[in-house]
Amino acid sequence: MSAEIESVVGRYMHLRLGARPCRVYFEEAGKGIPLVCLHTAGSDTRQYRHLMVDPEVTEHYRVLAFDLPWHGKSTPPPGWHEEEYRLTTEAYIEAIMAFCRALDLEKPVVMGCSMGGRIILPLAAQHGKELRAVIGLESAYQVQPWFDNTWLHHPDVHGGEIAAARVSGLIAPQSPEETRWDTLWGYMQSGPGVFKGDLYFYFQRAESEFLNYLAHIDTKVCPVYLLTGEYDYSCTPEDTRQTGARIAGAEITIMKEMGHFPMSENPVAFRRYILPVLEKIRAPQKTG
Amino acid sequence: MNMIEKLPELVNGDERLVWRGRFLTVDFLIQVGDDSYLVSIQSGRITSMERGPFYMRPWRFAVRAPAESWEKLWEPVPRPGYTDILGVMKRGEARIEGDLQPLIANLRYIKEILATPRRLKGGR
Repeated sequence: MSAEIESVVGRYMHLRLGARPCRVYFEEAGKGIPLVCLHTAGSDTRQYRHLMVDPEVTEHYRVLAFDLPWHGKSTPPPGWHEEEYRLTTEAYIEAIMAFCRALDLEKPVVMGCSMGGRIILPLAAQHGKELRAVIGLESAYQVQPWFDNTWLHHPDVHGGEIAAARVSGLIAPQSPEETRWDTLWGYMQSGPGVFKGDLYFYFQRAESEFLNYLAHIDTKVCPVYLLTGEYDYSCTPEDTRQTGARIAGAEITIMKEMGHFPMSENPVAFRRYILPVLEKIRAPQKTG
Repeated sequence: MNMIEKLPELVNGDERLVWRGRFLTVDFLIQVGDDSYLVSIQSGRITSMERGPFYMRPWRFAVRAPAESWEKLWEPVPRPGYTDILGVMKRGEARIEGDLQPLIANLRYIKEILATPRRLKGGR
């Protein structure tokens, strides 16, 4: 065999989410501590393709990523054609925990980006004891709206083209052309209204609810790492700092020359930031 | 001369960029500080660009920002917050007004043409 074949393996599982059957696609690579990766709004697991083939990661971690229903290769549940898709905090947490339980993952690390970076906050508050740590990339408990998202699902506008054009400025100018466009290609492919429905969760004004989550995170039980790119003008470094300041013990890193999609827009630069975090998480936990 | 005045040659000299705007025919306004420019696009090609002031001249949409904000957008490697016009808008420095449908439907093309003056200083 002459072709290079990656060690990433993709499979489907059947979950009941929101009392409905869902066929969920997931990928994994590596052995060790489970590391569950959550894709951004309107995209899918392909964003983690570089992390999954990084031997320095897969030597110690079993890296897993699943497509949320409506995304990537996970189909929407039956009846989707009669409803407007809107992601909620509850539905998102249900999906993450159902995925972890279905695979009997023992104290997984959960890492999410953007909306995935936001969900790890209530996740750590509600399920911190079941997790080893959470990592929020481009994570904030509240981000400021700046675009009329009605256009993302509108008959006068091409859904794929607008999704990519809306986010392309969030990528750092230093990120390589190939991975920049690979990232945008993912955005061009989401189904009608999916990006908009994800952003319903991401921009939802629920400050008191989220402040309450932050107050209930115990970083001694579930350490919290927040990493944000300096070029991310949607979830700004300041948004992340304000979030981290409200979680006692949270570690914050601002990534230079990086935008909103670190693992996907510039995987080489991202390793420099994520490998030390992963090393810290797998180090024997101190007692007392 | 303002860098924006190079817009017609920057856009029309880039065949792929013109191709991306092939379904767009529109008149729109660019305001750089106190100077306004009326840009006429036909099938992705800039057919005219006039400098104001204008009296009773219609346009479909307008993109306005202070001169300093445009200069930051046009730096060869823009600083954080100035990678595209939407970022400048989020900062509260740029305003986008009028009938947004042709702008949104061609957002990649519009963002790219507005960023072309970057190329004058070796950016892309």
